[in-house]
Amino acid sequence: MSEYAWLIPLIPFLAFVAIIFAGRRLPGHGAYVAIAGMSASLLISLVIAAGAITHGGHFEPVVRTAAWIPYGYSTLNVGFTVDALAIVMLIVVTVVALMVQVYSIGYMHGDARYPRFFAFLSMFSAAMLGLVLANNLLVIYICWELVGLCSYLLIGFWFERPTAMRAAKKAFLVTRVGDVGLFLGMLTIYMGIGSLDLQTVLSHESVSTMAKTIVSVGPWALPLAALASLGIFWGAVGKSAQFPLHVWLPDAMEGPTPVSALIHAATMVAAGVYLVARTYPLFAYSDHSISLNVVAYTGAITALMAATIGFTQYDIKRVLAYSTISQLGFMMMGLGVGGYVAGMFHLMTHAFFKANLFLGSGSVIHGTGTQDIREMGGLKKHMPRTFWTFIIATAALAGIFPLAGFWSKDEILLTAFHADKTIFYAGVIGAFMTAFYMSRLCILTFLGEPRDEHIHAHESPRVMTVPLIVLAFLAVVAGWVGLPGKNLFAEFLHTDLLHLEHHAFSLGIAAVGTAVALFGVLLAYIVYMTPASRTVAALGQISVFRFIHSLVYNKYWLDEIYGVIIIRPLFAVTRWMFAIDRWIIDGTVNAVGWLTVAISRVQGWVDKWIVDGLVNLIGIVTRGAGLILRRTQTGVAQQYAMVMLLGLLALVYFYLIRAG
Amino acid sequence: MQTLTEHILSIVIFLPLAAGAIILLAPPGANRFFKWFSFVTGVVVFGLSLPLYTGFRSGIAGPQFVEQAPWISLFGQQAIWYRVGVDGISLFLVLLTTFLTPVAILSSWNAITTRQREFYASLLILETGMIGVFAALDMFLFYIFWEAMLIPMYFLIGMWGGPNRVYATIKFILFTMFGSLLMLVAIIALFFVHHRATGVYTFDLFSLYGTPLTGRAEFLMFGAFALAFAIKVPLWPLHTWLPDAHVEAPTAGSVILAGVLLKMGTYGFLRFCLPLFPSASAALVPVIAALAIIGIIYGALVAYAQQDIKRLVAYSSVAHLGFVTLGIFTFSIEGIEGGIVQMVSHGLSTGALFLIVGMIYERRHTRDMSQFGGIWKAMPVFGAFFLIVTLASIGLPGLSGFVGEFLVIVGAYKVSAVYAALAASGVVLAAVYMLWLYQRMMQGPVENPENADLPDLSFREIVVLLPVVALIFLIGVFPRATMLRQMDASVRQTIELVEGRNGLPSRVAESPELPVGRLGCRGTGAWDMDVRGARPRTWMSGAIGFGAVGSQAIGMQPHPNPPLKGEGASPNPPVKVDGDRLLLDFTSASHDAVGNVR
Repeated sequence: MSEYAWLIPLIPFLAFVAIIFAGRRLPGHGAYVAIAGMSASLLISLVIAAGAITHGGHFEPVVRTAAWIPYGYSTLNVGFTVDALAIVMLIVVTVVALMVQVYSIGYMHGDARYPRFFAFLSMFSAAMLGLVLANNLLVIYICWELVGLCSYLLIGFWFERPTAMRAAKKAFLVTRVGDVGLFLGMLTIYMGIGSLDLQTVLSHESVSTMAKTIVSVGPWALPLAALASLGIFWGAVGKSAQFPLHVWLPDAMEGPTPVSALIHAATMVAAGVYLVARTYPLFAYSDHSISLNVVAYTGAITALMAATIGFTQYDIKRVLAYSTISQLGFMMMGLGVGGYVAGMFHLMTHAFFKANLFLGSGSVIHGTGTQDIREMGGLKKHMPRTFWTFIIATAALAGIFPLAGFWSKDEILLTAFHADKTIFYAGVIGAFMTAFYMSRLCILTFLGEPRDEHIHAHESPRVMTVPLIVLAFLAVVAGWVGLPGKNLFAEFLHTDLLHLEHHAFSLGIAAVGTAVALFGVLLAYIVYMTPASRTVAALGQISVFRFIHSLVYNKYWLDEIYGVIIIRPLFAVTRWMFAIDRWIIDGTVNAVGWLTVAISRVQGWVDKWIVDGLVNLIGIVTRGAGLILRRTQTGVAQQYAMVMLLGLLALVYFYLIRAG
Repeated sequence: MQTLTEHILSIVIFLPLAAGAIILLAPPGANRFFKWFSFVTGVVVFGLSLPLYTGFRSGIAGPQFVEQAPWISLFGQQAIWYRVGVDGISLFLVLLTTFLTPVAILSSWNAITTRQREFYASLLILETGMIGVFAALDMFLFYIFWEAMLIPMYFLIGMWGGPNRVYATIKFILFTMFGSLLMLVAIIALFFVHHRATGVYTFDLFSLYGTPLTGRAEFLMFGAFALAFAIKVPLWPLHTWLPDAHVEAPTAGSVILAGVLLKMGTYGFLRFCLPLFPSASAALVPVIAALAIIGIIYGALVAYAQQDIKRLVAYSSVAHLGFVTLGIFTFSIEGIEGGIVQMVSHGLSTGALFLIVGMIYERRHTRDMSQFGGIWKAMPVFGAFFLIVTLASIGLPGLSGFVGEFLVIVGAYKVSAVYAALAASGVVLAAVYMLWLYQRMMQGPVENPENADLPDLSFREIVVLLPVVALIFLIGVFPRATMLRQMDASVRQTIELVEGRNGLPSRVAESPELPVGRLGCRGTGAWDMDVRGARPRTWMSGAIGFGAVGSQAIGMQPHPNPPLKGEGASPNPPVKVDGDRLLLDFTSASHDAVGNVR
């Protein structure tokens, strides 16, 4: 079945084509076509996965390639690989995408561009599936860009809204800044070893060549492998919303909520983490390589920064957005400390519960008509299915035993503990903060009493709640593939390309993780559900705290800082450049023209009145200048045209006569 | 029938001229006839040019479909020939011309209301000139077409242009003339130098390749040719005629100007400057690459500052053509092939952008961006086309722009990682101004009631855009089958002409004052060269052998395929140093090598 893996991205792509062209004439206005396509992809993925699992540890990746651009001495290939990493991603993407599409039937009901929405969703999934299967960096880059394009189209789906169109553009541009890094990283690899095929690039031989080749970049000397992997990581920083390129993601909430779910769980942000995992041998060219450290610390900074912002936001989707950034930071941390399996494990579990949370928030928005959690409260009564699934996903995200998030978070903490204590402590703090802000969100949304009597909440239709239930189920059980003792997930992902250290389960670390999570839940309960909330509110009036709150609430003013140091200067430069173009460059041109005219006038005058007799020499010069000037007059140019035309006709004549 | 197949290229060249003459002879006022006759002619010429593509044999470097006849004798010798042919480089530019001309004619259907007879005749005569430029294999013939083509363009802008058309026309003509005349001087000089060396008077391009030139003469002639082409491209800072010409030109004029005319500059670099003056070209790579990169970034930045849509697209052309020039001056197969793909891709995507601007102008009679907004709602089909073309212009994979930019950046990386990084940043800037344009015109709320219910594209307009967009996809998805396969042999030959099988190292040795040189060898051989005055430079690459002359560092970079094993250097570095002399010994090397001496 692996032979037919190319069908997995192709089917949703064909669904896209069909819906774009046939649209409303299709069953379900295109929705059923999209869902049928995604179901087929899911089915093929499951069959492939089943085949791989039954083969156990002796599973051979299937690699197929074909030449795309052969030029010069070498060839750029396209092709696909079905290996364990790809299979994990295939399942995650197809499951989440299918749930999102089913849910969208209800959520997007009545939208003016309903078929187009399903077309774009299909295309988005197809691009991501292509990226997962690609066995060549160039193909990965192509799909990577297509993922970016689809996010642009979907975030800006309601393009009449100025905020939505700006968010879409911001997402595209910020991630494209990252793409330049990926592109240059790719070229560095290509120049270093002359291939972009992952099989060649990631082989022991190539990696050790690239690790031994030292190049100087400014004052630093770096191995080629570090340079290449840092380039790739910069791409991942853009796509996976890591600091400092995370700013597009919260704004991307302007897209329809199912899109947010897809972006946050399966298609877009997962791409960066997946890419780092995919090219992991390049990062891990040596133990504690500079690249791995950069990945780990970027992840840690991102995880903590985003979590603090999550404390302060009031928009239900924005809280979740910062939670996503924070969790992506966790995944990067895991990868950075050598936890290849841990990072991917968290990617998988997170996909299920974050999709659930986003779809749940969509259900809440659908039911209440607002996104501001200050206006909600007490929704538990009115939206029981949404509430319970949301709670399960929150517990999973907070890392409560035995839900999915517990196992994957524990795996990351465990790896970090053995590799880098700083990262470990950052992870512990992050885990506490996650539990706190997620509990805060649940409490403010669902518990207590309704705070706005205008809102008459109602439960969403079944087509929306069934996906929630499926995802909640996965949020419970998905972690059980990576149990201590018999870690099926780690065994499955095992690859000969990597020397992965495996650390034995530590009860102590699991206890620490659970304790901080429970403490976070408890603290949130105290702060928001007990009379202590008044004390907290009073504390919030102290100027220091107010400053901190305002700093965090405003996302550390990063958007504003970028505005001041990058965007506004850039636009100022464009205006200066245009002024230079108009007044200096073009001014010079016009000045030369004016001078020529002036000089020839003077010369003409001199010629005519002063040197008339002597002057054949100057006459020639003047005629030379005049020759140019005369062409500016239409009459002469027509003559000139005539001469040329006659010449051409003569040419034809000669040719035809000679050729007989 | 046999005449048709034997003279297919000449027929393609002169059929438009004949049709133009017929139109001019017809009584004025038969407007439907002018439109349909010229459109049908355009389609027929395109149809006739297709055998050039289908019958083109890949793998042959030299020109095909060659036709020749003696034309003018000079000094008792048959010096000037009518000689035309297409090779893997010019083939695509000829096809681009025959493809865009009927598109441009069809786009003018309702836009041109005055002097229709002269308008359509000018377009057809222009087509003859443009195809002739790309097909000419005789320098004299080339120059005639090069100049003849200016006249119909002059009328197109000067008679059917916007309010400021006289200024724009004069500027366009004077700029171009200035370069052309110097080029004419250089052509004639080359003619005599060639005679002095060989005793043969000829303007035949391939005979003139390899004319031995002294360093100084070569630089002067290169300068004269390069100036003419740089104005045409246009290379920064010679570009200011372009925005004015585009803004004033009618839609068809802009399409042809951006689509075809600008390519004459880059084509000229590739066809004339590189093979005729290899050492000067190699020596001036840093200068021209720098101008190209300035163009890429500067064009993008200035494009952002525009309010007039046409002006924005014009500046974007400066950036796109910067990519082409950069690619050509990498002297690498990737760079040059990327440059050619980019030429065609730019012709299609920018041509389509001008068509789109024209369509919206016909509806609203303004090109001021601030007058638009939210049009996508009223014009969904238009919006889809506009989006695809926008994405092609910013190099999205799957569309033609990506293939060109990607290969150019690969080529640039081979010369210098800094070039590649700067060019790649231009890709981001392109996205900034194009998405901004799209956002301001198509998205957002409809604030101006005039935009609320604009009619969507008519059937004719869809017919205009559809083939262009189809080609953008076709090239983007199948670059090899559609373009790269055919051009490969010709591009290789051009590179070999530039690098010389073993000529170039000695050329560098002849002129030790050159700051830069480029070595190339294919197969085996040995060279001995003097590298005094070569500037030291650190190489950044995986597979390098290092040599040093005094304080000078010389990097040799063996081609990455097959990758070298071990320490990332060739097993026996072919570079040996003896005092101020550098010995290159490839007699035992099993790989191709290309390297730079800095």
